[in-house]
Amino acid sequence: MSGPSTYVPQTGFTRWLDSRLPILRLAHDTVWTFPTPRNLNFWYAFGAILTFCLGVQIVTGIVLAMHYVPNANLAFDSVENIMRDVNYGWLLRYVHSNGASMFFLAVYVHMFRGLYYGSYKAPREVLWILGVIIYLLMVVTAFMGYVLPWGQMSFWAATVITNLFTSLDQVIPHLGSVIATWLWGDFAVGDATLNRFFSLHYLLPFVIAAVVGLHIWALHVPGNNNPLGIDVKGPQDSLPFHPYYTVKDAFYTGLFAILFAVLVFYAPEFVGNPDNNIPANPLVTPTDIVPEWYLLPFYAMLRSVPQKLIGVLVLVGSLVTLAFIPWLDWSPVRSNRFRPLMKQLFWVFVVDCVVLGYCGSQSVDAVRFGMPMVVVARVATAYYFAFFWLIMPILGLIETPKPLPDSIAKSVLGPSAAPAE
Amino acid sequence: MAITTTAEPTRRDFLYIATGSVAAVGAAACAWPLIDQMNPSSAVLALASIEVDLTPIQVGQSVTVKFRGHPLFVRRRTAKEIAAAAAVPLSDLPDQLARNENLPDDAPATAANRDIKPEWLIVSGVCTHLGCTPTAFEGDYGGWLCHCHGSMYDTAGRIRKGPAPQNLAIPAYSFLSDSRIKVG
Repeated sequence: MSGPSTYVPQTGFTRWLDSRLPILRLAHDTVWTFPTPRNLNFWYAFGAILTFCLGVQIVTGIVLAMHYVPNANLAFDSVENIMRDVNYGWLLRYVHSNGASMFFLAVYVHMFRGLYYGSYKAPREVLWILGVIIYLLMVVTAFMGYVLPWGQMSFWAATVITNLFTSLDQVIPHLGSVIATWLWGDFAVGDATLNRFFSLHYLLPFVIAAVVGLHIWALHVPGNNNPLGIDVKGPQDSLPFHPYYTVKDAFYTGLFAILFAVLVFYAPEFVGNPDNNIPANPLVTPTDIVPEWYLLPFYAMLRSVPQKLIGVLVLVGSLVTLAFIPWLDWSPVRSNRFRPLMKQLFWVFVVDCVVLGYCGSQSVDAVRFGMPMVVVARVATAYYFAFFWLIMPILGLIETPKPLPDSIAKSVLGPSAAPAE
Repeated sequence: MAITTTAEPTRRDFLYIATGSVAAVGAAACAWPLIDQMNPSSAVLALASIEVDLTPIQVGQSVTVKFRGHPLFVRRRTAKEIAAAAAVPLSDLPDQLARNENLPDDAPATAANRDIKPEWLIVSGVCTHLGCTPTAFEGDYGGWLCHCHGSMYDTAGRIRKGPAPQNLAIPAYSFLSDSRIKVG
């Protein structure tokens, strides 16, 4: 779809610039005239919303770094100083901390949308894998950011997550401990750890921005998938990105910003953990230690396995699996609109992820609704992996998809629309 | 000029490989300081050992002190707790090794191998699963329960149930007198 450029410079200056640095041509072709399927729905607005989120995090993060002190003795107090004394510090910090939650909310919608409409299938495998890489970078960045306020949850999150590496001791003795010590710069999480996490937390968002650039590049080669999952067959199937999708994306970004504002102004501590208002204490672990909500499903999977190394492998496997999806699902039909079985099992998978999240939020030995949560988490973990490694390949063989429409234009505008070609 | 192929490696091939090798070694030499700077610094490595006064600790009490940035449990066990630890057959233990720096690495995890004086249990307060600090007097075995992921330790600090792979580590320590120990 990224066909020959239609940019025609209008003034002497733009002609001069175009022959030296065709940056206006690039903007024109990717943002202005870029042919976009005419049937994209609400769920396709999350790409723009995520760009908005990344921008918000980078801008608020840069100004917070002007007041934050990455020192184990001063970090907690510097955050309190931001909250109480710095002009609008409370606003900047609440936007940044809740911004992480909104970012993950948006990325999960974006990922489930990609799963539902088969956006990972040929020719968009690289686009999908770049997305998985962005998601992993987001997890790492968010984790390091969560450590910076140096509260109890910060400290123990850092301890538990870095200790995941010590499971390698069960493969090669001492290997994991050596890696953990190297990550800490000490024999425990401490000042050295906090400093390097701050350095990396500042760096990684720019790495994310770079991979987002690749992600958009990879999107613009085959063009957008769409809710029908069929290819664009001609000009009648698409619309120029501007004004149709610039306006649509802006509208939904506005709605998203309203939800964001409600969280920041009316419930700024809703997603936070009260224990993080206690300064880090290396001698006392809080009795109920839970990660932020967006990592709960993975935490539940880790906890559901009673063996350390296998638990860590399940955790890592649950993330790595995502990169293999383009080759696990070999059904030729992309959109779940035309896959009756996959559609149902997809929604079971969504519920499964919510159940895992709930299990992760409960204490280890909790019994809820008459069921021990650890058993529920085990069943849910099994389904998580089965969905990708069993259901996807098997449905590709046995499922009979519904007939696909002839073209996007016919489906959207009715049979009177011009035929393809 | 036609390219001639010879069976023998030429002088140019040798120069190619030699140059590449030097470049690779140079790159690794440049990378190492960047990697090694993350390891504990000399200031961190210059660790002092600590002394703990045992006088204020009552029978049945567990005290947490800070040792090398980590919690260390000093527990004065009751006769019942000592007996409970001694009564466990070795075959019931998930981790068969004593993990006691005062003993050889392959010492079995018998109750006797977990202490110097039975009344005093000195163990690291770092759960061998993911590093949380377990809570004393909880769990099915009366020793410690780690609230993070549910590992349970007995009254000799040995792992009995849950995801932790090893017994709580015992650092090198010695009794300076009946009421004072030196750790590290």
